Amino acid sequence: MDEGLRNELSKQGVFTTTLQELYNWGRRSSVWPLNFGLACCAIEMIAASMARFDIARFGAEVFRPSPRQADLMIVAGTVTKKMAPLVVRLFNQMPEPKYVIAMGACAISGGPFKQGYNVLKGIDRYVPVDIHIPGCPPRPEALLHALLKLQEKIAAQPLTGEHRPRHLSPDVPGEFPVPAYGPYDLQPAKNDDVWRPALVVRTDAG
Amino acid sequence: MEALDPLLTRLRAALPEAQVAIELNPAVPAQSSLVVDRDQAVTVARWLRDDPQLRLDYCSNVTGVDWLETTSTEKVRVRRVVDGAEQEVEESVERRQPGYLEVVYHLYSMALGHGPLVLRQRTRNRVDDTRVASLTPVWRSAEFQEREVFDLFGVRFAGHPDLRRILMWEEFEDYPMRKDYVEPDDYEHEPTPHDAVLVKARRH
Repeated sequence: MDEGLRNELSKQGVFTTTLQELYNWGRRSSVWPLNFGLACCAIEMIAASMARFDIARFGAEVFRPSPRQADLMIVAGTVTKKMAPLVVRLFNQMPEPKYVIAMGACAISGGPFKQGYNVLKGIDRYVPVDIHIPGCPPRPEALLHALLKLQEKIAAQPLTGEHRPRHLSPDVPGEFPVPAYGPYDLQPAKNDDVWRPALVVRTDAG
Repeated sequence: MEALDPLLTRLRAALPEAQVAIELNPAVPAQSSLVVDRDQAVTVARWLRDDPQLRLDYCSNVTGVDWLETTSTEKVRVRRVVDGAEQEVEESVERRQPGYLEVVYHLYSMALGHGPLVLRQRTRNRVDDTRVASLTPVWRSAEFQEREVFDLFGVRFAGHPDLRRILMWEEFEDYPMRKDYVEPDDYEHEPTPHDAVLVKARRH
């Protein structure tokens, strides 16, 4: 149905929708985050859930203490290499459909601790990240913005066809390999199916 | 708190067998410290804790230092036979100072409200004899921090109740705070590198 006809019908008091819209509306309006934090960004996440910023306005106030009841993992803080397998395992234990927000500089790239001996250079090396929030730490408004962006992303997901999301494609795995503790680093150091380094062109100028 | 010199005199009078020396700090704060041999470290620590004038009952901080092997050249005057005649000539001698690991304890007295007193222990070298005495039996608060020093520097604390890695995982084999630690080469994605990181990023 084209947009013009829909608008016309709604002016006449006829509400039309599609199954896809209804389904995505339901999913995006009650995203349940997993209740876990890794470092100082978690404090901002907590602030976002309290009265002043009130993430409940966007339907995401039900922080679940169990990964089996959660839709969204907010990776809030520095992911150490010792913690990374546990984060991946938590994500594996979440039922599909599931989403990841990497909150803050550390979760994106390692942040100020990037060259540390025990800091993972971004959780996107092991799990697919839907939304990255920059900041150190990001303000609660930034987390709310990320949630709105995630809702837009969910609303745009088709139910059928080539571009349907992971949980609707039976042959795409919903679990990701958990890295093992090696003698010098995690093994493997990154999941090549999930993350590949972006091409950076270096010049000697500047 | 009393100065280190009279303290050391009293310590030597109380524990004649203890090998303790003062490590002078030539910098502005001039906070000198006591270096104690590892074999008498526990007795000396007990004395520091129980002495009525000191009562250093609180160990606030334990940390490690990695000292690499150093070589220094010194000019020495020696007598040598040169061209048939004995002469005094100047020769430069190279001195090798083996590397060692050091554990530093910062001690305070809660009862008397003074401190800190800095206490050091040294290992014999950095490779195979990296043992010092654990002071956890004297100050309980040293337990986790000694584990951290063990984890990051590889100092082995004899007498520690639970010497395991604390920050790194059990399977990890290296000691990341040592100066010769080589980190894993995961510099494949560096959008804004500079200095040493740029050199590493260029290898990819």
